[in-house]
Amino acid sequence: MDLTYTPAQQAFRVEVREWLRTHVPRESLASYDTREGFEQHKRWEAHLADAGWSSVTWPRELGGRGCDLIEWLIFEEEYWAADAPMRVNQNGILLLGPTLMEFGTPEQKARFLPGTARCDLMWAQGWSEPNAGSDMAAITSRAIRDGDHYVLNGQKTWSTRAVFANWLFGLFRSDPQSSRHNGLTYLMVPLDAPGITIRPIQALNGKQAFAEIFFDEVRVPVANRLGGEGEGWNVAMATAGFERGLLLRSPARYQRTAQKLVQLYQRHRASADRDPSIREAVLRAWMGAEAYTLASYHTVCRVQQGARIGAEASTNKIFWSELDLEMHETAMRILGPRAELRDDPEVHDWLEGFLFAQAGSIYAGSNEIQRNIIAERLLGLPKS
Amino acid sequence: MDFTFNEDQLALRDSVGRFLMVEAAPEKLREIWQTDAGRSPALRAKIAEQGLTALSVPQEHGGLGFGDVDWSLMTQELGYFAIPDSLADTAYISAAFLTALPEGHALRNEWLPRIADGSCRIAIGHPVNPWVGDVQMADLVLLPADTPDGLSWHALGPEQVSVEVLPSIDASRRLSNVRWTPGAATCIAEGACARALADETLDRATVNTAGQLVGLAQRMLDLSVDYAAQRKQFGKPIGSFQAVKHHLADVVTKIEFAKPVLYRAAWAVAHEHPQRAVRASHAKLVAAEAAWTAARKAIQVHGAMGYTWEVDLQMFMKRAWVLDAAWGDRAFHKARMAQALLGDGAPLGPGATF
Repeated sequence: MDLTYTPAQQAFRVEVREWLRTHVPRESLASYDTREGFEQHKRWEAHLADAGWSSVTWPRELGGRGCDLIEWLIFEEEYWAADAPMRVNQNGILLLGPTLMEFGTPEQKARFLPGTARCDLMWAQGWSEPNAGSDMAAITSRAIRDGDHYVLNGQKTWSTRAVFANWLFGLFRSDPQSSRHNGLTYLMVPLDAPGITIRPIQALNGKQAFAEIFFDEVRVPVANRLGGEGEGWNVAMATAGFERGLLLRSPARYQRTAQKLVQLYQRHRASADRDPSIREAVLRAWMGAEAYTLASYHTVCRVQQGARIGAEASTNKIFWSELDLEMHETAMRILGPRAELRDDPEVHDWLEGFLFAQAGSIYAGSNEIQRNIIAERLLGLPKS
Repeated sequence: MDFTFNEDQLALRDSVGRFLMVEAAPEKLREIWQTDAGRSPALRAKIAEQGLTALSVPQEHGGLGFGDVDWSLMTQELGYFAIPDSLADTAYISAAFLTALPEGHALRNEWLPRIADGSCRIAIGHPVNPWVGDVQMADLVLLPADTPDGLSWHALGPEQVSVEVLPSIDASRRLSNVRWTPGAATCIAEGACARALADETLDRATVNTAGQLVGLAQRMLDLSVDYAAQRKQFGKPIGSFQAVKHHLADVVTKIEFAKPVLYRAAWAVAHEHPQRAVRASHAKLVAAEAAWTAARKAIQVHGAMGYTWEVDLQMFMKRAWVLDAAWGDRAFHKARMAQALLGDGAPLGPGATF
């Protein structure tokens, strides 16, 4: 065990910090759940990509920087410390990217990865359906083989940023006789294909944060299939593992929030201390963010020594989603009656974060499903 | 940056675990409870044979020279097998205390080899603890005195202390009120040196307690998983019911996020990190939360059986309950953290983790 950074790691941190100091926009961008904000964020992503910062863990030849996971953690720490813009294409960079690298053909990697790194390809996810939420294996949207194409029919929903995205990855039932986890195929679908209709859904904050997507005789080339026909469940689970496990919610995000919460508490200490439980909640926020960071470093170091992330990823998902809720609830309590004033500059980000935190225990696999996974796969308890 | 243990460290942990599983099985610990002393010289001799008492002692005094990071694995084993306080108090906390005395100090030369070969027990007090554990069988008692001249440390033989035993709900504990008189002859450290010894000992003992609490949480989880897999109601193992699963999944999450905090704290103690105190307090608080959650969920999963004397769960629950307030209760550790983190210039935010 050696909890110090090497000189190379320290130099990398300085390099990241310097670049961000001179390039992060001074004015914060509009929300990426608006058309204007989405375009602003895309331009920022292209800027990041030109300098090689958009997907630091990817190989250089695919548009990345070839960083190891410790460097990824350092990059994220500097990125969040700099209050740089939110990452609008995390679906593509964090979720599809690693799956493409594991399951994609050389042609698919060359075709999709560099464009994803540059955000020419903006990805939506196609998992949930009206009757397949927590029970994702209940998917009924079909992709029936017709020569060198699949023909898609059905409906996906809760697809984040699908209103503005131009591509989708997701699961479709390619064997109509199949049930549950069998007979599913993983496809990458251009959202401008004939037969696709996208209907926005307003989220809690009033913005078009996600959408439902209808497929009516949509033809998708077989070359857009990731992994084998009928093997989509395993391919998708690899994505889900990455998503929950490590990449989707970097610890620096929560450390930055905890730091801002401490600062908020310091600014309003006299008022906040009228409720002694607030001070404790602020401390708990710091403790939780540190614990999540330490667990991430521990996992990263084990992965770099050859370990695989398994069902323990489910503990991560529970931890960060509950931590995020607790931190934002505490901020609301500190802000008191002002907390509802959505245009108040001190309130705005906390309020948006508070609303978004409500979704954390639901998306990426509800926390109840995660607890089932922990009990059955880590503890070996019998299925119900 | 390497936040893992090497194969040797893990192998030692595993071999200690295998040894304690046989030699310190619950029924053997219950037999030891029944004795007045509550301690077994035979078990201590076997533990010494395994080299456990020599872990912390420097090599020039016949020990293995291991440090706090190694101990963060060992203390989890001690907790997992509910080993009474005396072993860690002697072989870890007191050994490190004596090692921190100036080179050539007579006490070092006399007692460190005896710790290593397992032929002594040492009891150690601290201003944060109202009572002292395991004084009645101690060959040496290390006690702080708070005098108008400041804090000083004293070394006393068993004949120099009088002991009033305070029975604990945890039958493995041997707490007492100690009456004694500090004097020039007993004094071994004073002034800044005494203060530094007190601070370092507190942080180390805090991490020691945190490690035991994590081990206790794991044991209570394992006992509950076994029980939930065997006990049937409505024709099925109760572990197949989601309500029971979710209780135990919550314990897993508490344990998994307490361990890395424990390891960072151990490293901070070993390397005299400027944030040592905060990191130790953090570890103790999350370990206690994991252990208390484990106890609460475990007794619920065990049903009425968990409320009995007969079922072993009680041995681990009671240790978890009492260690929560040992070496600083939650109020003490929260206050330490608040002072360090909620003031100006605190080391917060991304990049301040190590």
